[in-house]
Amino acid sequence: MAARLEPTPSQTVGPFFSFGLTTRAANELVSADDARAVEVVGTVFDGSGRPVPDAMVEVWAQEVGWGRCGTDVDGRYGFRVAKPAAADGQAPHLDVLVFARGLLKPVLTRMYFPDEVDANAADPVLAALADDDGRGTLVATADGDTVRFDLRLQGDGQTTFFAL
Amino acid sequence: MAVEKLILREVDDAEAADAAGQPRYDWPEYRSTSLRAPKQKLLLLPEELMPKGGPVFGESAVHPLEADLTRQHEGEPLGERIIVHGRLLGSDGKPIRSSLIEIWQANSGGRYIHQNDQHPAPLDPNFTGAGRVLTDDDGYYRFVTIKPGAYPWRNHPNAWRPAHIHFSVFGRAFTDRLVTQMYFPGDPLFSEDPIFNSVRDERARRRMISQFDWEATTPEWALGYRFDIVVGGRNGTPMEDDH
Repeated sequence: MAARLEPTPSQTVGPFFSFGLTTRAANELVSADDARAVEVVGTVFDGSGRPVPDAMVEVWAQEVGWGRCGTDVDGRYGFRVAKPAAADGQAPHLDVLVFARGLLKPVLTRMYFPDEVDANAADPVLAALADDDGRGTLVATADGDTVRFDLRLQGDGQTTFFAL
Repeated sequence: MAVEKLILREVDDAEAADAAGQPRYDWPEYRSTSLRAPKQKLLLLPEELMPKGGPVFGESAVHPLEADLTRQHEGEPLGERIIVHGRLLGSDGKPIRSSLIEIWQANSGGRYIHQNDQHPAPLDPNFTGAGRVLTDDDGYYRFVTIKPGAYPWRNHPNAWRPAHIHFSVFGRAFTDRLVTQMYFPGDPLFSEDPIFNSVRDERARRRMISQFDWEATTPEWALGYRFDIVVGGRNGTPMEDDH
């Protein structure tokens, strides 16, 4: 067996990544007239409840694709996505990575959809979370025509994060 | 049919990160971590529930000139012209092909073009400091740029970042995503830099330092630096050969 190569360590994106990473819009994964389109909006918060204006959110689902959005001065980000199908006994969800100044490596989480009540109730990952609070951080909430998915890096209501 | 309830094991980030040669989230010497590092235990998803696949970029996604940061403006930027090249590999040693590599950096005076960098070093009208390239079939990439300067920050008294180029790369899976910083050999600022030293294992830190490369150095034109990047392998679990 070939020797396993040791991975290059992660380092923070730092405060100045936007001119390198987020100047090109990459947050519209489907067109606005796509019947499956879902507008996702959210804010990234730090442990004091303040918005994080220098974060970058990336989303991924195999059948939907990849997207990226930097947060604005108020910590807000947004995507237009399609909801992926349920697969392998799991409810539809997006995989989400958050990068920021002050994060020496990204955090990994999942975003579930609020209108999938039955599928969410049967989802093995949501079911494995210890309490409603932990589950709640992973399910977006309906907010008019959009779904809201706030990300709390630390503190009360911290988003549940998974080991990379 | 009764389904066995999934149990997600909790991971101690400090322990897992140290074992994997990765930084911890919680690293007080880097002050910005204090309100941003998650404090709750991370949960370990079983392998079959980890994200599957990752984005694939076509050649049309990147213009060849984007790999040359010295030719993005009317004139040439000031500073020491360098070639930065290497291979993007999986931890199995196999090349990662057609993968997007993005870099950003300060200019030769240590100033970023970002509006929030206001320290008193000049901007260079001929240098933006951002580049992109796709790896070839050997996982190989090559940039031409100028050597970035060290720059001051306010983390602690008289704090200076060692010269570095930020790298963002994609592996085969979404969770192989890596953002790192490439450093230059022999930098005197290493010992005092909390970001570099957030990786506690000295051998792992060395993997972030490029090597001066005579072979790539081009006479009367540019110095060469080699920087191979390895992605993949879960950090939350000990590696097979760690026994």
